[in-house]
Amino acid sequence: MKTFNKIFIWVLLPALFWTASGCKKQLDLFPLNDLTPDKVYANAAGYRQVLAKVYGSFATTGNNGPAGSADIPGGGDEGFSDFVRGMWNAQELPTDEAVVGWGDIGLQDFHNLNWTAENGFIRRLYARSYFQIVLCNEYLRESTDTKLSERGIAGADADDIRLSRFEARFLRAFQYWVLMDLFGNVPFVTENDLIGSNLPRQINRADLFNYIESELLAIEGALKEPRTQLYGRADRGAAWALSARLYLNAKTYTGSERLNDAVTYSKRVIDAGYTLHTDYKQLMLADNDQLRSSEFIFTVNYDGNSTQTFGGTTFLTNASIGAPMVAADYGTNGSWAGLRVTKNLPMLFPDSGFSTSALPDRRAQFFKGGSTIDIANIANFPDGYKVIKYRNIKFDGTPGKNWNNSFSDSDFPLFRLAEQYLIYAEATQRGGNGDAGLALQYINNLRTRAEAEQVTAIDLDFILDERSRELYWEGHRRTDLIRFDKFTKNYNWPWKGGAIDGRDVEDYLKLYPIPSNELQANRNLRQNPGPY
Amino acid sequence: MRKHYQWAWLILVWLIPHLLFAQERQYSGTIISASDNNPIPGVNVVIKGTITGVVTDFDGNFKISAEQGTTLVISYIGFKTQEVLLGGTSSLSVKLEEDVTVLGDVVVVGYGSLSKKDVTGAITTIGSKDFQTGVVTTPEQLIAGKAAGVQIVQNGGSPGAGSTIRIRGAASLNASNDPLIVIDGVPVDNGGIAGSPNPLSLINPNDIETFTILKDASATAIYGSRASNGVIMITTKKGTKGMKPSFNFSTQNSVALIRRKVEVLDADEFRALVTNPENRATAAQIRRMGKSNTNWQDEIYRPAFTTDNNLSYTGDLAKLMPMRASLGFLSQQGILKTDKMDRISAGLNLSPTFLKGNLKVNLNLKGSLSKNNFANQGAIGAAATFDPTQSVDDSTNQAQGRYGGYFEYLDNRRRPNQLAPRNPVGLLNQRQDQSNVLRSIGNLQVDYALPFLPDLRVNLNLGYDVAQGNGTVEVPDSAASNYFTRGQFSEYRQDKRNTLAEFFLNYQKNLDGINSRIDLLAGTAYQDFLTTNYAFRTLTFRRDTLAAIPRPVFPLDKPQNRLISFYTRLNYAFMERLILTATMRWDGSSRFSPDTRWGAFPSAALAYRLTEENFIKNQNVISDIKARVGWGVTGQQDIGANYGHLSVYGISSNTAMYQFGNNFFNMARPSAYDPNIKWEQTTTWNAGVDFGFLKDRITASVDVYYKDTKDLLNVVPTPAGANFSDQVLTNVGSIENRGIELSINTVALKTEKLEWNIGFNVTSNVNKITKLNTQTEPGYQGVPTGGISGGVGNNIQIQSVGHPLNSFFVYQQIYGADGKPVEGQYVDRNSDGVVNASDLYRYKNPAPVFFYGINSNLSYGKFSAGLVIRGSQGNYVYNNVYSNLGTINTVLSRQDFLVNASKNVLETNFNGNLQGADNSKRLLSDYYVQNASFIRLDNLTFGYDFGSFIHSKTLLRANLNLQNFFVISKYKGVDPEIFGGIDNNFYPRPRVITLGLNLSFQ
Repeated sequence: MKTFNKIFIWVLLPALFWTASGCKKQLDLFPLNDLTPDKVYANAAGYRQVLAKVYGSFATTGNNGPAGSADIPGGGDEGFSDFVRGMWNAQELPTDEAVVGWGDIGLQDFHNLNWTAENGFIRRLYARSYFQIVLCNEYLRESTDTKLSERGIAGADADDIRLSRFEARFLRAFQYWVLMDLFGNVPFVTENDLIGSNLPRQINRADLFNYIESELLAIEGALKEPRTQLYGRADRGAAWALSARLYLNAKTYTGSERLNDAVTYSKRVIDAGYTLHTDYKQLMLADNDQLRSSEFIFTVNYDGNSTQTFGGTTFLTNASIGAPMVAADYGTNGSWAGLRVTKNLPMLFPDSGFSTSALPDRRAQFFKGGSTIDIANIANFPDGYKVIKYRNIKFDGTPGKNWNNSFSDSDFPLFRLAEQYLIYAEATQRGGNGDAGLALQYINNLRTRAEAEQVTAIDLDFILDERSRELYWEGHRRTDLIRFDKFTKNYNWPWKGGAIDGRDVEDYLKLYPIPSNELQANRNLRQNPGPY
Repeated sequence: MRKHYQWAWLILVWLIPHLLFAQERQYSGTIISASDNNPIPGVNVVIKGTITGVVTDFDGNFKISAEQGTTLVISYIGFKTQEVLLGGTSSLSVKLEEDVTVLGDVVVVGYGSLSKKDVTGAITTIGSKDFQTGVVTTPEQLIAGKAAGVQIVQNGGSPGAGSTIRIRGAASLNASNDPLIVIDGVPVDNGGIAGSPNPLSLINPNDIETFTILKDASATAIYGSRASNGVIMITTKKGTKGMKPSFNFSTQNSVALIRRKVEVLDADEFRALVTNPENRATAAQIRRMGKSNTNWQDEIYRPAFTTDNNLSYTGDLAKLMPMRASLGFLSQQGILKTDKMDRISAGLNLSPTFLKGNLKVNLNLKGSLSKNNFANQGAIGAAATFDPTQSVDDSTNQAQGRYGGYFEYLDNRRRPNQLAPRNPVGLLNQRQDQSNVLRSIGNLQVDYALPFLPDLRVNLNLGYDVAQGNGTVEVPDSAASNYFTRGQFSEYRQDKRNTLAEFFLNYQKNLDGINSRIDLLAGTAYQDFLTTNYAFRTLTFRRDTLAAIPRPVFPLDKPQNRLISFYTRLNYAFMERLILTATMRWDGSSRFSPDTRWGAFPSAALAYRLTEENFIKNQNVISDIKARVGWGVTGQQDIGANYGHLSVYGISSNTAMYQFGNNFFNMARPSAYDPNIKWEQTTTWNAGVDFGFLKDRITASVDVYYKDTKDLLNVVPTPAGANFSDQVLTNVGSIENRGIELSINTVALKTEKLEWNIGFNVTSNVNKITKLNTQTEPGYQGVPTGGISGGVGNNIQIQSVGHPLNSFFVYQQIYGADGKPVEGQYVDRNSDGVVNASDLYRYKNPAPVFFYGINSNLSYGKFSAGLVIRGSQGNYVYNNVYSNLGTINTVLSRQDFLVNASKNVLETNFNGNLQGADNSKRLLSDYYVQNASFIRLDNLTFGYDFGSFIHSKTLLRANLNLQNFFVISKYKGVDPEIFGGIDNNFYPRPRVITLGLNLSFQ
């Protein structure tokens, strides 16, 4: 009997005591692989990994390539949530440059120009832009001089982190430009707004324009000289290129033209040493990173092995392929059979048979086999030409590096030299203080590269067409049509607004609605005009 | 008027025994209860060594003819069995002692047990004699349809398939809705185990003695933050003191046959559709058709055989060591070819007592090894959609040794067409998906009544639940499905370790002076759940490491969570009439931040036993009435995330790196988080009455309840710019469940040879979401859910305030004069001139308005028969097979291959590709939301008791079972009983015929 009392005293009571006393610590558990902020930012390598996310968040959809651990889990399929695909849908699908055959809810709303505030594609794009902005803000908060010295980071490591702060500000300015262009008045947060503190306030479109301008002015001197930063990171050329684009569209955003500034900044880029790549047909190929020292100013980088996504250039390549096309001819194994083009784009080119121009134009990259140029039915893939501008094929004709050709290597240029030529020409043509002769020469530079007929005179309509010939499917068309006031009225294309021959639509469609879930979450916001 | 008939019927039932024994009269007697001297009707009086016997009548009297010197065995449930030697006296009076150890009188509750009469909560106990029979390979299926308030829906017909268990509805959107399962005092890990179809399938159902289901908060709140979804306590079979050693061997052998297939076009209908000029197939498409007539579903399903063999020993070894040891072997095929599960299980239970019964030790050890071969369930969808005019084999592929010789859709370079369905037979035969899973659950419980204070017991319980699952998936490089990846070789492994330490003190005292009894409990518990997930590189079939498949960044991950708890319970009985239970639990969970991790979960309940009142005692119709009312607060801490309150940076995989210069860097991403995240909290009210009529020959319980869950975890959109994602999981919602449960059990007939029992239970539960967000903007529709096939990312259901969970969110179909749906025509419900997302409406939901179970057992001499019928009314299912495969465009959307369509296309004649129409709306039509009310004959059993076999101590029984024999339902799909309400590629539940033998010897 005594033994049992002893057991009770020596075993059970200590057990009880241990449970009661140890419980506070016992319940503090931490993940094995994920890192708390103090561990991430312990050294320069950690900063570089965060900076990789600050940049890479416009390339991938999550932390697992090609899918899994999504950055933006809300609103459905992860493959739709990358930046390039979302931006491309919003800029190209509502225009004459693209239709898509798939029946995913909300996708047809783009070309039909009848979207609602519930549209999942709009929601994801909006969330993607803010995701990157919030990462930039966090990076700026964690990389102040105080924090760096607290963490004992000094010397070249600290210098590079300080430089990268200006790059983060560039990326943030870029995403605010995207939001301003697509949505108008949007919520505004900087590194001074801590996570989860207050509901962000809405900023007026013109004020946002001023903010973006002030940021670009503030950082351009601090960024590295054009063409000197590591490929994939932003330099002064990128900031100038964004400024030029911003000023060209100033009237859309603020009501006032800033054409002289557009001329100035496009000229700075043009004079910074960039050159046109010799062959237009190679611009969007698998090893187009070779253009890093020539035509490309700033890119979203993909890699078939290391940067995989179902969006980006993999989407642009695969979605354009369907029977009778053979996927392997494009360096991929996916034929998603979705994207085509309305007849208006091929008709801008001489070799479509609709033009009287004598010379061909190497920029026309269409697959016509088994297709009709007219689209009787958007859902029917054979209706409409296919754009084969994006191909996962190297310059030497071999496929991209992914071992089973599932993902594209092609990088997506957010800014390339050709656009700056066109900005210079257009700003000059619109009355900016550029040189008209130089403008004509820049246009002819592009046409020479395209092996197209030289022109002797240009006007605004010609520039709009030339922009389409040069920049189609690169995410510019909606902004261009709005700037030329041809988006809602004055110009129609097949199935615009859901009518087979196109129809005029209401002007409120020049802006996308703030997503309804965002209005639900943030009562500071006012919806854009329209029946939302 | 109806009531009178019932009484007349009952009286008739009771007269039958009287009428039956018009025999020679030698012995007669009365049997009374030793405790209250009341006569006991229905007692079995049997001549020992025979099956000859009688049953006492309404007044406890019996008469029997027997020879002098023989022994009568007198038995009645709840009482100790007595033997009476027949002497010269022909008139006998026998007092039966109540047996407190008998199940049914003692109810297992959290941390102990209670006498049934002291129970104040809503608790259902189901013993092994009431279990479902036949081939039951996973424990929860034993009690399907047996308990009111408990819905158990098997998730398909694959071997070992798990079930979705809901006790009194669902109370959560994002956290778990599964009940806590406690096996012999060890709360087990509810999560899955890699490589196992269902973690519960690793427990041999044959080892289970009882299920106790704790339903209301007064019963469950002692489990605090894990109790919101109810608690299922499983008690395994044990040996008892002094019992004679006996062996039992049972073998159940069954064949499973497919009950219903997906209705798709046969080859002739398919040809007719393709060649019908109205459908405007292109010449290329018509050329694509083959010359065969293949029913692809016949090619993938088979009759499946199962054998389940169990051997057990029960006894009291050397009169010191009551024990039970068991061994089981199960081999179960699935009706989908190549599907198979083998399981070996062993169990050992020792329950010795020492120190004159003051020290009780209970050791439970259970282990099982399961080997699975998982069929590629992708074949189910492929068989429905594959062109029926094509043949299984292809001569060119056979000649070239490609694609396993199967017919496949190829491009003009003879490479697989990636968008086409793959040959279903190839999918099955060209994939080996195998796993080995080990699981062991055990505990040592020591209960010691202190010698210096015998009313106080200390109880220590140390338990564990460990599992290891590992497996491989191999697809040869000749398989079309993995052509572009050169086949597949992948591995996985997961280890789980759940450890438990509990300690409590229990004080029981009769305070006769104030007519009271108290039972006081106080204790503490510690439980730790550790999972280790190993990461492997996926390789080609030939393990070709040259192929640039990235390595995992981390070799393993170890998610872990821990609970520390303190609990106390008071049971107080006053004059045996009024019983009060009060409990309190404090839980601390590592899943929450130090500020929010501790929670208190109280409960209180009161019961009033009218049985003790004289007006009940003085009549013989009503034998028991107990009224109960209870209240309590419970929580739900199983929120999925272990570290949801922490700000952490995740490191990206090697396929999601970003390029700077020529180098690639893994990305570090901060995750959205809510530092204040905490458990969901449910307040439950319950009121119930238990009745017993005619000496409990008829028992009934009625319970009404109301559950109000607040702080519901919901994924809410974050304001853009305010967090590291577009949404975050946080405690914002509320939901309420209310319901009524009724169960009746009756011995309808009981005579010397004949006994007929009928049980019926019915439950009605309705739920409503009452809050989803911190603020509600007008026009906010809710959280879309319920992903469907067709398009990408389409949802068919929504969680909206004021509506039931998972309400279907659909367009209202317009029907033509012929009653058929008109394609592309939907009601403009808001009359704004356009049909768009604003015209979606909420229509029905997958939860039944009520569901019920009917159980009946009939025995006549050596024969017995039983049946279980389950039914459900008012549950709706979205027929995703119809919607996804229900148009002409399903067949003709592609030039390079054809796809088979649902027979539904012949009814609707939907084109699926109307020019200018938004074809995607069709997927969201309410036409596809169908009434799936059903009545299922779950189980029909016939048994024959051969009695002594070979020699007197060997008893043999045989049984024949029919499971899932028929389903009556208007629903058009394969099976109306689909949890979640979305029917797509459902693994059909087969019809099962079982022949079994049970041999026991002492």
